[in-house]
Amino acid sequence: MITVRTIIKNGRVIDPANNIDGEYDIYIEKGVIEEVGKNLDYSGADINLINARGKIVAPGLVDMHCHLREPGQEYKEDIETGTRSAAAGGFTSVACMPNTQPIADNVAVVEFIKSRAESVGYVNVFPIGAVTKGSLGAELAEIGKLKFAGVVAISDDGKPIVNDSIMRNALNYAKTFDTVVISHCEVPALSDGGAMNEGYMSTYLGLRGISSAAEDIMVARDIILAKTTNSAIHIAHVSTKGAVELIRQAKKEGVRVTCETCPHYFTLTEDAVEGYNTNAKMNPPLRTKEDREAIIQALADGTIDVIATDHAPHHIDEKNCEFDRAQNGIIGFETALSLGITYLVKNNILTMNELIEKMSYAPSKIIGISKGALSEGKSADIVIIDENKKRIIDVNKFHSKSKNSPYDGYELSGAVLYTIVGGKIVVRDGILL
Amino acid sequence: MNNPEQSFGKDLLGLKDLSATQIEKILDTAKTMKFILSQKNKKTGHLVGKSIVTLFYENSTRTRLSFELAAKYMSASASGVSSTNSSVLKGENLIDTAKTIDAMGTDVIVVRHPMSGAANLIAKSVNAGVINAGDGMNEHPTQALLDMFTITEKKGRVKGLRVAIVGDALHSRVVRSNIWGLTKLGAEVSIGAPATLLPPDIAKMGAKVYNSVQEAIVDADVVMALRMQNERQKSGLYPTAAEYAHFFGINENRIKLAKNDALIMHPGPINRGLELSSSVADCENSVINEQVTNGVAIRMAVLYLYTRGREV
Repeated sequence: MITVRTIIKNGRVIDPANNIDGEYDIYIEKGVIEEVGKNLDYSGADINLINARGKIVAPGLVDMHCHLREPGQEYKEDIETGTRSAAAGGFTSVACMPNTQPIADNVAVVEFIKSRAESVGYVNVFPIGAVTKGSLGAELAEIGKLKFAGVVAISDDGKPIVNDSIMRNALNYAKTFDTVVISHCEVPALSDGGAMNEGYMSTYLGLRGISSAAEDIMVARDIILAKTTNSAIHIAHVSTKGAVELIRQAKKEGVRVTCETCPHYFTLTEDAVEGYNTNAKMNPPLRTKEDREAIIQALADGTIDVIATDHAPHHIDEKNCEFDRAQNGIIGFETALSLGITYLVKNNILTMNELIEKMSYAPSKIIGISKGALSEGKSADIVIIDENKKRIIDVNKFHSKSKNSPYDGYELSGAVLYTIVGGKIVVRDGILL
Repeated sequence: MNNPEQSFGKDLLGLKDLSATQIEKILDTAKTMKFILSQKNKKTGHLVGKSIVTLFYENSTRTRLSFELAAKYMSASASGVSSTNSSVLKGENLIDTAKTIDAMGTDVIVVRHPMSGAANLIAKSVNAGVINAGDGMNEHPTQALLDMFTITEKKGRVKGLRVAIVGDALHSRVVRSNIWGLTKLGAEVSIGAPATLLPPDIAKMGAKVYNSVQEAIVDADVVMALRMQNERQKSGLYPTAAEYAHFFGINENRIKLAKNDALIMHPGPINRGLELSSSVADCENSVINEQVTNGVAIRMAVLYLYTRGREV
């Protein structure tokens, strides 16, 4: 439903980009935010009025790390279902990782994703291109062409770039095109064959462990390479105390490093694997209580810039199997905001303002997109949230094609009432249209 | 069952799930079964009309055969499926294979699998009882039960004994089941291995951990050597067989640190000259062959107790 004119009245507008947190009205015309102000007076029978009293009105959420699976693995998810799921979770923009089939290491695949998103997408889709051809870590992909085709970052997500020299060249070359490299930090020789975090729980379950050193060493290497090349690097899905400490120190020294974590790393620990729960299997793995506390602390002190979902849909058959054989990853669009509100805002780790920033403006800045702000003249990407509404997670009600979430049955606070993408209402009164 | 503590659920997945009372009940029942085994006519009617299927995804001589003989001695039908002679080779997944076996009226599926948790996965998917005959590096409950049965038979008790377990603990489901079981029955368990072959934080399971065999076996009542599981090892966790045997092998000099009458045990198959010298493996304190006999008795007890419970 395209509404030409909409006014959102009396909500608590939180817009970290413009330092706004207070009761304001927002007037939207032709998909653009025309005015943000107190007691706006627009009238007319054609105006769609949204009364947001007692609710939070924020920039639509931005996820800089997700997997939409199209092209190639549409049995897990596709751009239509993935963006429906995103919209239901309050996201208006998502950046999708290039590990599709074929890999988004060339202009053709990037153009395909953009055109599919244009025709079937419910939210804005920003492709991320591969760093190396086939994400094999051997030769650079055509990063310049990818950039001009519209990628917002480059990454071989899921596969670390093991060769130090290639990573160094990638950082240097990407700098030429003002593109951030998103790094999946893992030393494969150390994680080899591991299925969960290495520690007492892996011993208890008899599963092969992945040492936190596998992540920390690669984070250290990437920081050193970013520093020596003066390039921008973004560390994906930080899960360890060691990684957090390295990044905190690097930021102090002025290295151009940013990072993200995911809701599972601030809500769960390796204990969730007990009973061989494959929905608690991801890479990096769920870590210890101590790591989880370090992640929470780093969110609070700003070391961690962004909360991303790493939405990773998998078919039931890829999870309902032996733990060693199960695919890594969980879906996240439809739980991320509620997990942030429940575990961070309600526990006084972050203010609502800070949570919104880490889920909208901060990722937008890192990938250089003009999103995550409620500035006048910008496209009207808006979410309206009831932070106190309780909801019980039911994976069967998810809009994603896949159901691989460890949060089934959780009672969480915070619900999305409206998702507005470019002025178009996609979620209304909590219902995806 | 009169005593709920002595009753058993549908599945035997690991000793971590059992109480001391349940373990003792199995050991007690195995005494009767061993008596039956000593008879000229080894046939009882305990499992008449029952159907037992062994589903093995790994090679095995003693475990598989002892389950099948145990079933047959008690008049059950026993059939075997292995990953190399079945639809597994056609790509059938574990759950579908297990459900297929289940759909044929099988009462108990005995499963061995290279991946930890495989028995748990099957147990959730079938109506039949599931007995774990070894899953990855997780548990091998009937091996630990037969070890405890053997110890009890020779020493009269488990409680208060010092049991040293030496070798590749990292890849060993036998060590995990033994730590759970032995500590529940009150033994003091010490583990000796190079740090590369110790699972992280294994001490939290209740064992004392040493990086030298000497310290682990001092004054031990039982010395159990573990098989070096080269097939599960990814990369060089020890330099050479010769160095391993030199520092960590149980040989005739080193065994003198244990008590004079210390039992020598090994779950088999032995890498002779690596974790255990032949002179120790074949010495008069060695009970390695009796472990095999007792394996049949324990599996008879387990099959009996885990099918009986389900009729009530």
